Amino acid sequence: MSERLTRFFASRWGIILAGAAIGLLAPLLQKAGNPPNMGICVACFERDIAGALGLHRAAVVQYIRPEIIAFVLGSLIAALLFKEFKPRAGSAPIVRFFLGMFAMIGALAFLGCPWRALLRLAGGDLNAILGLAGLVTGIAVGVLFLKAGYNLGRAQRTHTAVGWVMPLFMVSLLVLLILRPQFTKDGAIFFSKTGPGSLHAPILISLAVGLVIGFLAQRTRFCTMGSIRDVILMGDTHLISGVGALLVVAFLTNLALGQFKLGFSPQPVAHSSHLWNFLGMSLAGLAFALAGGCPGRQLFLAGEGDGDAGVFVIGMIVGAGFSHNFALAGTPDSVVDGVIKVGGLTTYGQWAVIIGLVLCLLIGFTMRSKKAGEV
Amino acid sequence: MVTVDARGLSCPQPVMLAKQAIDKGEFPIEVLVDTVTSRENVRRLAQRLGLKVQAEPSGDGFKVTLDK
Repeated sequence: MSERLTRFFASRWGIILAGAAIGLLAPLLQKAGNPPNMGICVACFERDIAGALGLHRAAVVQYIRPEIIAFVLGSLIAALLFKEFKPRAGSAPIVRFFLGMFAMIGALAFLGCPWRALLRLAGGDLNAILGLAGLVTGIAVGVLFLKAGYNLGRAQRTHTAVGWVMPLFMVSLLVLLILRPQFTKDGAIFFSKTGPGSLHAPILISLAVGLVIGFLAQRTRFCTMGSIRDVILMGDTHLISGVGALLVVAFLTNLALGQFKLGFSPQPVAHSSHLWNFLGMSLAGLAFALAGGCPGRQLFLAGEGDGDAGVFVIGMIVGAGFSHNFALAGTPDSVVDGVIKVGGLTTYGQWAVIIGLVLCLLIGFTMRSKKAGEV
Repeated sequence: MVTVDARGLSCPQPVMLAKQAIDKGEFPIEVLVDTVTSRENVRRLAQRLGLKVQAEPSGDGFKVTLDK
């Protein structure tokens, strides 16, 4: 039975089911209270967690997002049930940390992870096209490196406890969310009173949806970066059929819920600075490709015991701290006195994206070997 | 028998290594992987290329045997 289920989830219908589930549940989460065109956004939600912990002080984006916690725990449950929980680590963790950091800086320049790019497009936000084009470009560059022998070396099997670090960290976050302690006067834990951070579905709904998605995604290996990489690298359309299902189902769900609004500006929590939408996601896409997974996939890997993926996730959370502390994140378009004011990046943000791209290129050029897994 | 050791390597390395071995044309090929993900990815590649695939547990992981 277990083997038959495994084969189903590994099939094309399995991945389509996972994509369709995300496409259906994300807009429903938005209906239930999550921010507009942000039913789910792994980058934004990790950024909100960084804010809640006080790693940055942008008051409008601070909340411990139960979805992130549940993605890891849902994946953990699936991995344990199907005997795939496998503690492993040691494939250049420090590099993965910095890839995570700059992936976050790139994603926040655009204002979203690949999942949100798809959800934004499904909600009619045409800026997402620039973001997705950037994502594809970044991944295509990553594929060139892969073809030239880029790899971060082998991970090793390790102590069981190593695999439990990220799930336990997520449980700790859940405890902080429920108890809402305030460690100092006017200090963390922070919860936004206005802005996107204040918009959220009821905790139990977020947790339930997160667990379902975490479970399905662990079984099917759903990965947005991988979907594009596999098409470019091998002409393999398996994973991208899941991404296609996400986009189509999210579009239809948004239409049904009256959440579809076509245009460039103003769109919710989005800017129409086209060049930086493109370059921000190029950076993110390249960093995901070099690290072997999109932000969602890294969470699911962390849930099944991959310590290196866990390091990438922590890198993203720290990156969110830098991003907002140094004013690197994109500023959404706004309407001032009836006139649209285009947002975008500060000069610092632009430099951060360029530095990130240079760093990723250096990693790609220098971490190659003739025989995979050997240094 | 050609052996490809893809244990400990993450996506997409196991599939890339298997593909390189397949392109060389010497069969059978034995691909060692350590996760179900890699096992299924190598299986899918082989099926797409019309090869015979057999997977069995081996040590801490799996041995995927590919043949024409």
